[in-house]
Amino acid sequence: MIIGKSYTRVDAYDKATGRTKYTEDLCDKHALVAKIKHSNVAHAIVKSVDISEAEKIPGVVKVLTCFDAPEYLFPTAGHPWSTEESHQDICDRNVLTKHVRYYGDDVAAVVAEDEVAAKRAIEAIKVEYEVLPFVLDVQEAMKDGAPQIHEKYKNNVLAHTQIHKGNYEEAIKEPGLIKIDKWYNTQTVQHCHIENFICYAWEEGGRIHVTSSTQIPHVTRRCVAQALGVDWGRVRVVKPYIGGGFGNKQDALYEPLCAWLTTQVGGRLVKLDCQREETFANNRVRHAIRYHFISWVKPDGTLVARKVECFSNQGAYASHGHAICAKGLGSFPQLYPCENFEGDGWTVFTNRQVGGAMRGYGMPQATFAIEAHTEDICTELGLDPIAYRRKTVMPVGYVDAFSKNELYSDTFNQCLDAGMKYIDFERKREAYKNQTGDIRRGIGVSLLWYNTAVWPIALETSSCRMVMNQDGSIQLQVGETEIGQGADTAFSQMAAETLGIPFEKVHIVSCQDTDVTPFGTGAYASRQTYAAGMGIRGCAEAFKAHILDVAYRYTRMQSYLMDIVDGNIIRKTDGRVLMTLGELALTVLYDREHNEHLTMEKTAQLKTNAYSFGCCFAEVEVDIPMCQVKLLNIINVHDAGTLINPALAEAQVHGGMSMGIGYGLSEKMLYDAKTGKLLNGNLLDYKLSTMMDHPHLEAQFVENPEPTSAYGTKGLGEPPVNPVASAIRNAILNATGVAFDELPMRPHLLYEKFSQAGFFQD
Amino acid sequence: MSNQYKLVTCTINGKERSAMVDVRASLTDMLRNDYGLTSVKKGCEVGECGACAVIIDGECFNSCIYLAIWADGKNITTLEGLTHPDGTLSDIQQAFVDESAIQCGFCSPGFMIEAESFLQKGKIYTDDELRKLLSGHLCRCTGYENILRAVKKVMHKRAAESV
Ligand code: FES
Ligand code: FES
Repeated sequence: MIIGKSYTRVDAYDKATGRTKYTEDLCDKHALVAKIKHSNVAHAIVKSVDISEAEKIPGVVKVLTCFDAPEYLFPTAGHPWSTEESHQDICDRNVLTKHVRYYGDDVAAVVAEDEVAAKRAIEAIKVEYEVLPFVLDVQEAMKDGAPQIHEKYKNNVLAHTQIHKGNYEEAIKEPGLIKIDKWYNTQTVQHCHIENFICYAWEEGGRIHVTSSTQIPHVTRRCVAQALGVDWGRVRVVKPYIGGGFGNKQDALYEPLCAWLTTQVGGRLVKLDCQREETFANNRVRHAIRYHFISWVKPDGTLVARKVECFSNQGAYASHGHAICAKGLGSFPQLYPCENFEGDGWTVFTNRQVGGAMRGYGMPQATFAIEAHTEDICTELGLDPIAYRRKTVMPVGYVDAFSKNELYSDTFNQCLDAGMKYIDFERKREAYKNQTGDIRRGIGVSLLWYNTAVWPIALETSSCRMVMNQDGSIQLQVGETEIGQGADTAFSQMAAETLGIPFEKVHIVSCQDTDVTPFGTGAYASRQTYAAGMGIRGCAEAFKAHILDVAYRYTRMQSYLMDIVDGNIIRKTDGRVLMTLGELALTVLYDREHNEHLTMEKTAQLKTNAYSFGCCFAEVEVDIPMCQVKLLNIINVHDAGTLINPALAEAQVHGGMSMGIGYGLSEKMLYDAKTGKLLNGNLLDYKLSTMMDHPHLEAQFVENPEPTSAYGTKGLGEPPVNPVASAIRNAILNATGVAFDELPMRPHLLYEKFSQAGFFQD
Repeated sequence: MSNQYKLVTCTINGKERSAMVDVRASLTDMLRNDYGLTSVKKGCEVGECGACAVIIDGECFNSCIYLAIWADGKNITTLEGLTHPDGTLSDIQQAFVDESAIQCGFCSPGFMIEAESFLQKGKIYTDDELRKLLSGHLCRCTGYENILRAVKKVMHKRAAESV
């Protein structure tokens, strides 16, 4: 078995030596440098741009403004294209804009011979604005009379969806129900991949070539073509190794602008490299979503009716838009089924940075809200939080009517059992009762719900190509991308397993190139192993069958009597090795009668999706006078089905937990209310966790093979981040009795809430 | 413009090297652009992330906030200098591979160089000390868990070998 073994990452050696080539390492050092003029107002119409001084600066090649930019509007979200217009992503961007919609919007660009000249020219550009009122708050933006950000969207509502089940209004009339009505607020955070966004573009052979640090080469190619108004085939996108993405790079960021710039300087090579400050201020962010929960429960906690409103702050442009808010909304009646449910989700434009995809895709926000609310119900009714969750959560056998996803096994109980055992939940919960004093400890839990892939909301597809070499090894290509998570290694294991060759005989082509890579929609959702698994297995089985047909010519054995095991063609009836795969490949490639290049290519279209579940337990120590939370212990338990590579799976969980800890305790983008400007857009002021901010991160698994999956696997990339902030929040509640309904729970907020709780009165 | 460039002579990974460099250039720029040392990564260029770390005369520095001209006469080690001439990995690199401490790999050179610089001193540190020593490096992929594991492994292995 190759599946289930912790092989070393296929890219580990090169990365350990520093020789792995990322985008900047590949760019010719003589490339022209592009820089962007960002607006210093949050909402305005550009009246004029004076470039006369900028053009005089030595080394400047070209200065371009929003008045030069092509009129084509384009979308940026890394979603599959839809042939139905109503399902297409919203086209609301130009490469440079005359209508500034957030502080930092792109109004002009410079191409220069070096960075210094480019930067000086940017400073020398003078922009005249007709300044408009702006709005930063999501609910303010919905009010009549709020500044209108996009013409077509009344009250700035990009989308509004509803889920109605049963009869909420009737149900709440039942006598004796207890009403629990609360608001929960999540903040804006950024991905903070350590490699900033970077791309470079040039023209060659009448085509536009873009090399980019992207998760989605094929989608980016289409977005670039839309932005430039050219045929899709005229654009080629190459994706090298990337230094992290986490969803930010699941968006066409500045590839369309860079591609346009090269066309404006005669096709010369142009590099556009975001600085860290631009990654913060001008890339994508996680949506801040505000939730309003009203639950009607019986005294024993039975959920009779629930109403939820979600207000998602989209920022200035649609990007991934409503999909993120909708995912969370859709999860609520699934995680805790409720007969009478009314849910409303609004995604609303504001004059803030653009919300896009980020690891968890709306679920860290939604999980914080639902798991804080669930805990609040338990607290209010005096119920045991574990027993209550076990009783109320989606039962085994539950099938979602829309996705057809099914909970096949007793995952939630198994995950809870493992987490409780590790963290010694029962004993500590008991020990932490009735604490007084300045330093208090607490322990908390959160469940997590996730959908692995995007079917049936969007197309799910994976294509795969295998090409055999003379030695019986193969090149493996898939459309799903390695973005640091270890996908290439898992894919290699899958191919080796099904084809029957040693792991070392699989050479995965990691660098994606839309000219040669089979079509794929890239790295997003938590679909890489699930979706690519189907493509790889389908391709490998077809390839194997074909190889055995070819082998018949040389072995005289019927193909059904043969198999490929460990790189050998064997006769199944007696296990005899008939020839090695290398011998077959060499013979057939140079056969003067029946020469053939052994290759296979297949597309798998997925019409299933899979639930991925788990939980997090956190234990904290709260220093009340210092308003500080120290995380003492934390464990995530996941059911991601069969683990392809346990060591890499564990590493994925660590990374997600770390992101969740930052989300819960320290990370927040701060905006100046007077100007809309981002105030802490750098790695010093934005409090990303360091190694000192973490305790040991424990990752455990429950492996219930997913029945719909080619290798039993399902989503794991995003889920680990989702339950962490809520588990910490519930632990702080347990320690102090104070319920935090806002993130992050940093000292500023603790001071405010502890003051309100009367902790500082003497 | 005549004094915009200066000759910088230094030892890089054991070899004496010279290049004319822009007086405004950072050591990161020089190592990457003049010597092709791609392990020196740029994550912020203002000394916040540690991706650009190199060892200068035995001490670890963020090369992005170290002017190239200051390197004149100095002895510099980048991650490339840890790999043995035959391509085998040093103990610290091998531990990062074996402990799955590398994901996207962008922060990894900085961590390995930092670890090498303090592990050379041959001391045994507590977990808290190690966390502090490595806290100048940011990683978004690993949660630092396996990085700490790898560094500890090498620390103990070296200690065991030295007795
Ligand atoms: S690039 Fe030098 S510290 Fe970030
Ligand atoms: S491995 Fe990606 S940032 Fe550390």
